[in-house]
Amino acid sequence: MAQSRSNLNVKPIKLNALTLKPTGKIDRALAKKLYYQMLLTREFEDRLLKLYKQNELFGGLYTGSGNEGVCIGASMVLKKGDMMAPSHRCTGTHFVRGETLEGMMLQLMARAEGQTRGRDNAAHQGSIDRGVIGYISHLATTSTVACGTAFAQKVRKTKNVSIGFLGEGSTSLGDFHEMLNFAAVLNLPFVLIVENNQFAYSTPTNMQYRCANLSDRAVGYGMPGITIDGTDVELVYKTVFAAVERARAGQGPSLIETVTFRMQGHSAHDGAEYVPKEMIKQWEKRHPVDLYRKKLIKRGWLTAKENNALTKEIQAKIEVAVSYAKSRPYPEGATAAEGVYA
Amino acid sequence: MPKKSNSAPIISSGPVTYIDAIRQALFEEMKRDKEVFLIGEDIGKFGGAFKATKGLLDEFGPNRVVDTPIGEGAIMGMAIGAALMGMRPVAEMQFADFVTNAFTQLVEQAAKAHYRWGAKVPLVVRLPSGGGMGAGPFHSCNPESWFLNIPGLKIVAPSTPNDARGLLKAAIRDDNPVLYLEHKFLYRRIKEELTDSDEIVPIGKARIAREGRDLTIVSYHQMMHLSLQAAEKLAADGIEAEVIDLRTILPWDKECVLASVAKTNRLLIVHEATKTGGFGAEVAATVAEEAFNLLDTPIKRVASIDTPVPFAPPLEQYFLPSVEKIIDAAHEIMGF
Repeated sequence: MAQSRSNLNVKPIKLNALTLKPTGKIDRALAKKLYYQMLLTREFEDRLLKLYKQNELFGGLYTGSGNEGVCIGASMVLKKGDMMAPSHRCTGTHFVRGETLEGMMLQLMARAEGQTRGRDNAAHQGSIDRGVIGYISHLATTSTVACGTAFAQKVRKTKNVSIGFLGEGSTSLGDFHEMLNFAAVLNLPFVLIVENNQFAYSTPTNMQYRCANLSDRAVGYGMPGITIDGTDVELVYKTVFAAVERARAGQGPSLIETVTFRMQGHSAHDGAEYVPKEMIKQWEKRHPVDLYRKKLIKRGWLTAKENNALTKEIQAKIEVAVSYAKSRPYPEGATAAEGVYA
Repeated sequence: MPKKSNSAPIISSGPVTYIDAIRQALFEEMKRDKEVFLIGEDIGKFGGAFKATKGLLDEFGPNRVVDTPIGEGAIMGMAIGAALMGMRPVAEMQFADFVTNAFTQLVEQAAKAHYRWGAKVPLVVRLPSGGGMGAGPFHSCNPESWFLNIPGLKIVAPSTPNDARGLLKAAIRDDNPVLYLEHKFLYRRIKEELTDSDEIVPIGKARIAREGRDLTIVSYHQMMHLSLQAAEKLAADGIEAEVIDLRTILPWDKECVLASVAKTNRLLIVHEATKTGGFGAEVAATVAEEAFNLLDTPIKRVASIDTPVPFAPPLEQYFLPSVEKIIDAAHEIMGF
């Protein structure tokens, strides 16, 4: 039904900033899973950095140290049938959604049995069954695609949702504006998560935007927006849970800004000399994996001994995956010509 | 909401325009497959800028005729996402020119998805194309060359109402992203009786629109009609031109063109898009590469001149190919 302003009263409409109240509950079993996935992500990426330095990986390597709280906290909310557009800082989300260590390693090492069969680099793999859209390097645009999966979920009445991840740098693109406006107008079950890790390659936030919080923009789209501490995995989980429940109930999209810090360079080749040393020092004290470990130990939900055992177990699994991937073949050159069309 | 009917909203019998053939194809495919839906600007109650979707909102409802805010990038991105989920979106660009706003989604997301991660993107993009109506530099483009160099896309360009319907049906049933170029000049200027409703026109198959022994004219869209008119006039001079209506630009029907050149030994390519880097260059290069020995004369191209589409009628007339320009080029070839 067409509804536009129909009278000559052009006094501004009062803005009502909508916010989200974190609602998800976290028990000991869930906490253990959250911590496991965060630790797995960190250990896996640290191993990747070694492989990179040993020339076992091709091209660039994009890690997400500092983003574990966001990517794990958010993706752990999802259920079967939900869709996700990850970013390059979201390695761990793939494991949360069912990718194996072996599968991920085959993909990153450009092997024939990797999900993209060596056609694409980084964690660009996708799987509709696992609910992961294969993201592209034009990062903001894959979250727009997630608006489309959200549309399908809406018209099929599945009560599923789609979430998109992008960095604060991507918020400067027109795609960011278009997707949020569409999601609001079409009332899509969509949640956009901004991973504000303070640097888009070398660009700091004061050269990227001038609003106080990126979530302030939500009011302009008529949707709830909130800025939260992205180093607190439980807070991320609870907040995304609230947004997702809202979306499942047909109440539309939300915008969540998670504030954290990119602990490493833009990619493995980048020494990030442009980041002030003092800033790194400060933020290192707030590494999300360390924070959560301390929190769980304090709560009595984890002991140092258990943590050591868990770390060793994870490292052993990663080594199996590395050896396996190394033993598998690269794709045959001529397969490059296959599969352009379905 | 008005009462739903089971009959086609437009056609009972009699000749049908090109635009109504498009509308009929949309209607029939939406009836056939509930996953088919339309997305675009002003396509709902208003029925679209050219009325291609008139009446479809009432028939199918707002979940299948999705009227969106302005934003071609988001329209395309959303259509791609829905296609990944197994839906079959038909995205309307109000004018082909506006597809530039959706370039990233089309060439980076849609075209590469299957190659990269095996995901099917059964997407159709309707692109109202072409000039000749004084619509100026932003409502007249022929965008095929922008996308010719993008593996993963298909491009079709029907020139008749039956092909408009048959190719749109084929595009909707295809599991790949298909750019459907519809020529605005043809919308209401040509009419014909439609054939069986289930008939699709296969993507990649050209058609011999006129048989001839002396010269092959390869063309498509509105230029196919000009080529036919030129061929009739050439016949008066004793030159029998064979006119090929390509119908699909990517992947194009090489076999058909090569077989015709084998018969006529002469090739003229006519298209409305500008000349440099236009589709004619691809046809000419392919024939030179694969069938040089068949040629008795150099290949010629008639295309729009290398400028933006100008507005004033004399300028646009100068810009566009014409029957006279085609005849002149044909005589040059024949007189070589």
